[in-house]
Amino acid sequence: MGIDPLTPGRAARILTVTALFALVVLVLTPLTGPVRIDLAKAWRGEFPDAQMFFAVRWPRTLLAMLSGGALALAGVLFQALLRDPLASPFTLGVSSGASLGAVLMIVLGVHSLLGLPALWAGAAAGAMAVLAVVITVAAEGRRVSSFTLLLAGVAVNSIASSLIMLLHNLASVGQSFAIVHWLMGNIDPVPAPVLTGLALVVLPVSAAACALGRHWNLLAVGEEWAAARGASPQRLLLAGYLAGSLLAAAVTAVTGPIGFVGLVVPHALRLLIGSDHRVLLPASFLAGGAFLALCDTAARTLLSVELPVSVVTALVGGPVFILLLRGRRRSLWM
Amino acid sequence: MRVQYELEGVGMRYDGAAVLENVTLRFPQPELVTLIGPNGAGKSTLLGIMAGLRRGFEGRCLLNGRSVDRWRRREFARLAAFVPQTLRFDFPFTAEQVVLMGRTPYAGGFFDSREDWQAVREAMEATDTALLASRDFRSLSGGERQRVMLAAALAQRPAALLLDEPAAFLDLHHQLMIYELLRRLAREGLLVIAVTHDVNLAASFAGRVVALRGGRVLADAAPCDALAAERIREVFGVPAEWLTRRDGKAWIAYGD
Repeated sequence: MGIDPLTPGRAARILTVTALFALVVLVLTPLTGPVRIDLAKAWRGEFPDAQMFFAVRWPRTLLAMLSGGALALAGVLFQALLRDPLASPFTLGVSSGASLGAVLMIVLGVHSLLGLPALWAGAAAGAMAVLAVVITVAAEGRRVSSFTLLLAGVAVNSIASSLIMLLHNLASVGQSFAIVHWLMGNIDPVPAPVLTGLALVVLPVSAAACALGRHWNLLAVGEEWAAARGASPQRLLLAGYLAGSLLAAAVTAVTGPIGFVGLVVPHALRLLIGSDHRVLLPASFLAGGAFLALCDTAARTLLSVELPVSVVTALVGGPVFILLLRGRRRSLWM
Repeated sequence: MRVQYELEGVGMRYDGAAVLENVTLRFPQPELVTLIGPNGAGKSTLLGIMAGLRRGFEGRCLLNGRSVDRWRRREFARLAAFVPQTLRFDFPFTAEQVVLMGRTPYAGGFFDSREDWQAVREAMEATDTALLASRDFRSLSGGERQRVMLAAALAQRPAALLLDEPAAFLDLHHQLMIYELLRRLAREGLLVIAVTHDVNLAASFAGRVVALRGGRVLADAAPCDALAAERIREVFGVPAEWLTRRDGKAWIAYGD
């Protein structure tokens, strides 16, 4: 349970279990689908099993795991720095900014930008613009606090959302379909360089956030509390906001906004293992990745048509979460 | 490790209104000092400045000769620990985890050292919170929370302890227990500065009382002078009288 002190042994136990869970998902989800894949044949490189496994389904699972992990970890960060368990990676406007950028590209009919597909480039640019505006507004005149971050973030979020609606209103029917598709969030197959680029952002930022675990504990309790225990809340707030936003922005640029992962995974884990961010962050990354990969597998196999993955994250994650809340009094594991 | 505080002409304004004006105080040696005064007298602001938590004040506030806003936070936190009045958050941290946070200024590795756990255990025993260790902090009563926060500050192994109404939510037994602990710590060499509204706790336990009103120091003396009946009337606007208990100790009665 989450009440035991965090010893190296306990941390190892928790991370081993979550890593094994993620590993099983990593191997099993690519095997699931309308066409059966023989793992042994795929391993020996036989056609078509190897191609199906390594070139088609495996990258999709990897994208889902990277995205889910980054979103869950960003959720933990935003919850800690806003001291609000209901905060999500999207609370401070990053995903609205990304969506606005992508929608703008759709409406303008731009297909490629700086050699990148315009949707991704536009979304990344939109997210970065929001990031810059929020930090400028939150830091202006006085010191950054979770309160100024929240106010600036929520305001920018609303502005971006309204602009998206405005653009949507002006769009043609074909563009409108593309906009709705983007806004629903999807784990679509992406080329290998995009996957590599995403990993190059997500993995270092996540590792850096995990290394500061002890300090997120302080910040989650209070800014003054953190300052009086020798930490700098200003720097922590900025670092946390930047890290969380980079993660959310990188993922959203590729997949569109996928909700619920950043909210439900951290909560479920807090119920199971407690709030110590030193282990909560890495565990959220692993479990969030596995969760999104499972949801994506369900989204593409449950019905004959592929469902938007964000529908599945909410429909699967919601009830699981409610069960966890109900079972909280009975002791669980670890 | 000894600490000395020197405050010279310290003032603080919020939106132009002075909440603290020209406060000059010296705390050169370990002792238990209580800070009294009516609501809005500037007690918490003064404590916050001394704890390095309020920036933009006027005058000088030196800890061991160096201005409090020039210290590196980590080093500062090893010298001076601040205990807030309350703590509210929405995450399931256990009492023990909250106390362990006091060890952050010493943190070297990713995990906690044997010394960290030793400090946590001692602090929780001293504050009578060992039995609360695995309780969710949010489920604790106001008084239990205050003792856990004090334990976190003690685990910090500071030389100065700054407390904002440490007994505000405590039952009678724990009020006395905490003030006895504070007095013992002061005798062992800590500078302990506590804001309180309880003139009797201040009179029985403190070696020195600083009375504030309207952001200014009205009295800075031993309890019998700083808390004399006419002083209490001056500071709080309330009539007071020193009574003698049957065991010979003094007791301050106030009100009509």
